[in-house]
Amino acid sequence: MRALIVMCAGLALVAAAVAAVVWSGLVDIEDTSTSSYSGEASIGGPFELVNGDGETVTDADFAGKPLIVYFGFTYCPDICPTELLAIADALDLLPAATAAKFQPLFITVDPERDTPDVVRDYVTSFHPNMIGLTGSARQIKRAASAYRVYYSRQETDDGPYTMAHSSYIYVMDGSGRYVRHFRMGTSPDEIAAALETVADPA
Amino acid sequence: MIKQLARGLAVLMTIGAAAPAYAHDYKVGSLTLDHPVSRETPKGARVGAGYLTIENIGEADDRLLSVSCACAERSEIHEMKMDGGIMRMQALPGGLAIPAGGSAVLKPGGYHLMFIEIKQPFVAGEAFEATLTFEKAGSVTVEFTVEPLRKSKSGDHKGH
Repeated sequence: MRALIVMCAGLALVAAAVAAVVWSGLVDIEDTSTSSYSGEASIGGPFELVNGDGETVTDADFAGKPLIVYFGFTYCPDICPTELLAIADALDLLPAATAAKFQPLFITVDPERDTPDVVRDYVTSFHPNMIGLTGSARQIKRAASAYRVYYSRQETDDGPYTMAHSSYIYVMDGSGRYVRHFRMGTSPDEIAAALETVADPA
Repeated sequence: MIKQLARGLAVLMTIGAAAPAYAHDYKVGSLTLDHPVSRETPKGARVGAGYLTIENIGEADDRLLSVSCACAERSEIHEMKMDGGIMRMQALPGGLAIPAGGSAVLKPGGYHLMFIEIKQPFVAGEAFEATLTFEKAGSVTVEFTVEPLRKSKSGDHKGH
């Protein structure tokens, strides 16, 4: 009898542990979906920035073209190249005519180091259609806040400063409306599949 | 003639010295350093990254304390941390633990070596040396082979 009670208690503990794991998993999933899609209506919007030739460009210059937008900086050895590669690889997975409908944009959050010629050169290593954009500190701040992108300068002990920043790939439709975004590490296949539906809505 | 011979010998020796790099794993103490690679740097980039796997078959924990490379003004050990959707990159001043019987994997999105203010671009197909210093195993110089940024270069000839 005693053994039975101990066994039952043991089973109950296991069940509780399983429930706790499942529950925490669900909470994670819920958190994920909330952060992925909260306020989708307010992501993106008008921006005024500076292209690689030092010319002012605005969202109106890209009217009618779906945008793929990534905020990053060139003094970033790891994440930014990885995410820009994901965009480039996704575009290459699409038929050329579909890929050509999109305008991939790299917007720096580090205008101090990323001058027009720096962003112009940088993007050529990723995709021939990619455009690099910079601007004044104020222009960058406005564009980033329109896309709800957080960024901040981080001083280091004795090395050059770095930037902390949100790392998402945003997809906007031809009317400038937010479609969706991808979190870091999303595969090019997944991005390509989503782009296909944007280019050719069912 | 002797000069020419000496030059020929020097060339042969250089080739010989480079040969172990193709095997591309290194042993120091109880550590195995596997497949040190870097990525071609985007045009104009002033920083580069290094990746590898460090395995510890020993019975004592070890620690990667520092990295040095003539390729850059500074070299650091970094960790990427996702913090509420924000990516933060931070140096690991205390180094990176290599647990006994375990390994440390440096790969995109996780840990990496950061080469700051690189002296020249990292070009695909080329290689550079860097010295890694461990708390117990000591120092070892390894060769990082530079991989192309784009695995498929299709983007280059697609036109606009």
